[in-house]
Order: sequence, then C-alpha cells, then structure tokens
Amino acid sequence: MKILEGLYYSKNHEWVKVEGDKAYVGITDFAQHSLGDIVYAELPEIDTVLNAGDTLGTVESVKAASDVYCPISGKIVEVNQAVADDPSLLNSDPYENWMICIEINDKGELDQLMSPEEYSDFCN
Amino acid sequence: MDSLKRTPLYDIHKKYGAKMIDFAGFEMPVQYESILKEHEAVRKNAGLFDVSHMGEIIVEGRDSEKFINYMVTNDITKIGANQAMYSPMCYSNGTTVDDLLVYKFSYEKYMLVVNASNIDKDYKWLWENKNDFDVEIKDESGEISELALQGPKSQEILEKITNYDLDSLKYYHFDYMDLDGINCLVSRSGYTGEDGFEIFLKNEYVALMWEKILSVGENLGIKPAGLGARDTLRFEAGLPLYGNELSDDITPLEAGLGSFVKLDKLFLGKEALLNQKEEGLKRKIVGFEMADNAIPRHGYDVYAEGEKIGYVTTGYLSPTLKKNIGMALINSQFATIGNEINIIIRNKPYKAFVASKNFYKKNYKK
Repeated sequence: MKILEGLYYSKNHEWVKVEGDKAYVGITDFAQHSLGDIVYAELPEIDTVLNAGDTLGTVESVKAASDVYCPISGKIVEVNQAVADDPSLLNSDPYENWMICIEINDKGELDQLMSPEEYSDFCN
Repeated sequence: MDSLKRTPLYDIHKKYGAKMIDFAGFEMPVQYESILKEHEAVRKNAGLFDVSHMGEIIVEGRDSEKFINYMVTNDITKIGANQAMYSPMCYSNGTTVDDLLVYKFSYEKYMLVVNASNIDKDYKWLWENKNDFDVEIKDESGEISELALQGPKSQEILEKITNYDLDSLKYYHFDYMDLDGINCLVSRSGYTGEDGFEIFLKNEYVALMWEKILSVGENLGIKPAGLGARDTLRFEAGLPLYGNELSDDITPLEAGLGSFVKLDKLFLGKEALLNQKEEGLKRKIVGFEMADNAIPRHGYDVYAEGEKIGYVTTGYLSPTLKKNIGMALINSQFATIGNEINIIIRNKPYKAFVASKNFYKKNYKK
C-alpha cells in the first residue's frame, strides 16, 4: 500500500496536499484498494463551502456507493473533471488524481489530520 | 469474521488474493483481482466460481416425486432422470421460501440445490410439510462442494480433463463423469447467462479440482471469479437473486417467474397465487435504464408522479453494456416498458425508464 510523504491523511482515508492557501484532496491508495473497481465519481460544484467532515462527493465501486468526506473547511475552487469523466483514474493513481481543490479557511485544522507515519499505523 | 463458516477452498482463495466477505454466514471471496475483469472473463472466456456455500438437500423414498412436486411451484413430473429444473418454493400465502434447482436421479431420489442463506430454513420447511409422505430428507450441504465453470470456453476447458462426450450433455441435464480421475456430478447449468457447468464433488477433492481447472484453462483465459462478478453477471441476464428479486415478501408471480409456476397442479401456495393472478398483480419486478448519469442500488426508493411506487431490488453500472441499469419492485400501473420513473439517489430524484429486465441476451448452449 502506497503512502506518500508530505501529505496529510484523514481517518476516512482521504489525503490532503497543501499548496499555499489551497489544498488538493483525494482518496488514498488504501481507500481505492478497499473499494475495488471505481466506476463512478460525483464531485461537488465549484464555490461550494464545506466544513471539515462534510460530504464532498461520492465514489462508487462496482458493488457500492461510498461518501468521500472533506478533511478541512473551506470553499471549493476547482474540481477534477478528469476524475468525473474516468473514475478508474482513482484506482490507477489515487495520489495523482485529486478530486477537489479547496481554499483553506483555517490551517490549524491540519493539526487534526495524520502524518504519513500515523496513517500507516492507522491502516495496519 | 471468526464465527463464519468456510468452504474447503478457503486457503486457496487467500492464495489467489481474494478479498473475503461475509456472505450468508460464510467467509466467501467477493473478488480476486477485479470484479470487472472477472465479469469480462466469464463473458468472453471462462470463470471459475467456488459455490460450495450452496446447500444440497437430498430427498429419497417412495413419495419423493409427489412430495417435491407439492413443495415447489414448477412441475417436476415433466423432467426425466438426469435432468434438473428451476423452481421457486412458496409459503401458503404465496411468498417465496427459496428458489432452487431440483436434480432428478429417479422418481425416488432427488437433490435440491438451495441458496446458502436458506439452507436451514428450507430444511425445516421441508420437514414441517413432510406429513405422511414416505420420504427421507437429509441435508448434505456440509459434505458436498460445488464449483461453477462458466463462459463460452467452459466446454473446451472441461474437455481437457475428461473423456466424457460433453456435446451430449444438454442444457439442464447432468451426469456423473470422471474429471481428472475424480468422480463428479456435472450439470450443464449456471447463473451467469453463459454456457457452463456446475460440478458437485466431495469436499476432499475440491481443492485439487479447482487448481486443475485453472491450470488447464490458463491458456484459454480462465480466471477465478468471486461473488461480485457472479452478481453482476446474473443481474445482466435478468436472473433473480433471493433476498433481492425474491423473498418471503415477494411472490414468484410478482417477480415475473410465472412460467415456473404451474397453476394446473397441486402445490403449497397455489391458492394464494391463483388468487393473486385472478385479482391482477398489484406490483411487479421490472427492469429499468437510467436516463440521468447515476448508479441505482439495492434498496433505493422509486417514485413516479411524486409518490413512492416501490424500490430498487438490484442496480449496477452494467459491466457488459456500460449502462446504469436496475431491477425494481414497483406498482403495476407504472410497469409498462418505456414508462418514466424516478430513482432517489442520495436524496435527489434521477430520471429512468422502465425496460425489459433481460438486459443481456443469454448464450446458453441448448
């Protein structure tokens, strides 16, 4: 299972990559592996304002639908249309294929997330 | 999952990288590599399923035929020895105890192949209704394993390990044959919409057979396939699943299985089903195709004209057709093909149209 350095991780198996005031959010390798073949991804509208823990969208495997939660609060400034068009990208490279980009409200919230080491322990 | 039952292939499933789930109290493989790849392998080449969780109930004795014919809705007097027949089994109110395959060895010996989730219930139900029938009923589920080899290349694969003339084994017929030196009961039947075989054998030989079939089928594109692909395959072919399209709340007539309900003979539940037919069905299982881009799932509500008219019994993005399709139990007045309905997905209505539930044309070799 792949866990990248330099990212923050949530208990719901999302990752967060911070770039300045923005953050990219996607699902982890552990998540895509647990889900199996992903065949559908529903992403939010741009400008949607989310609180940490809100549902940001849904990914569906062949078997079932699973909500994806937003690990930090803020306003969505970009969504990755490539993932909506071809959800299997989440299987082939979950870290390259982010789902949303969010303008972070409060960087202090990042402290609530896990480091790569903590996430590795969490998954095991 | 410590309390779950395991089939004799448990260790082999782990070896093949299976993701295990709880299915009907058994720890079963839902997929190995990928549901989509396993589904495709069955449609194009072949797939091998462990279905040892299914139950086998043996009915023997002078009144076997009379007894089973009273217990099930289909007319088993119409088949000869070495033939199998599909049939629902009903409660007296017409709802469904189970759907099963009746294997006829002779007038005095039958094997009922039943759903894993219903083994105990069926066994009890048979005993409860045994009355004065001169029969012995035995649950042999624990001793018998079952493999399903399914797909257009199934015969070619099986021919590599048997001298039996498989061309002579017709659809829904079965026979004992030697497979790689092991005596097996082989039926030309399955649950995928493709040609294929169901192989019954003693638990002690099933691991050898599994490995043998996969090794001789390797060059023909066989894959081990899990319950995930089994479900998407049967669903595309419009085949019902107990717990989805059939249940103790749904009658076979509502499920569209009228051709397996012979109202001209005596059976448990006949009166209720006859009444239901005469009064007209209030609800029916239909197929539907999504017009909006969203995937319907089991349990989602179905609406029409602003009111709830039923629920989705099975839904998927069809791996073969690449369309979002489903089956639903809805009020009959909305069941006409082409009718617009709404599927409620994450609290929002999505447009769909009623369609034939035979989404995929079956490729049985008859």
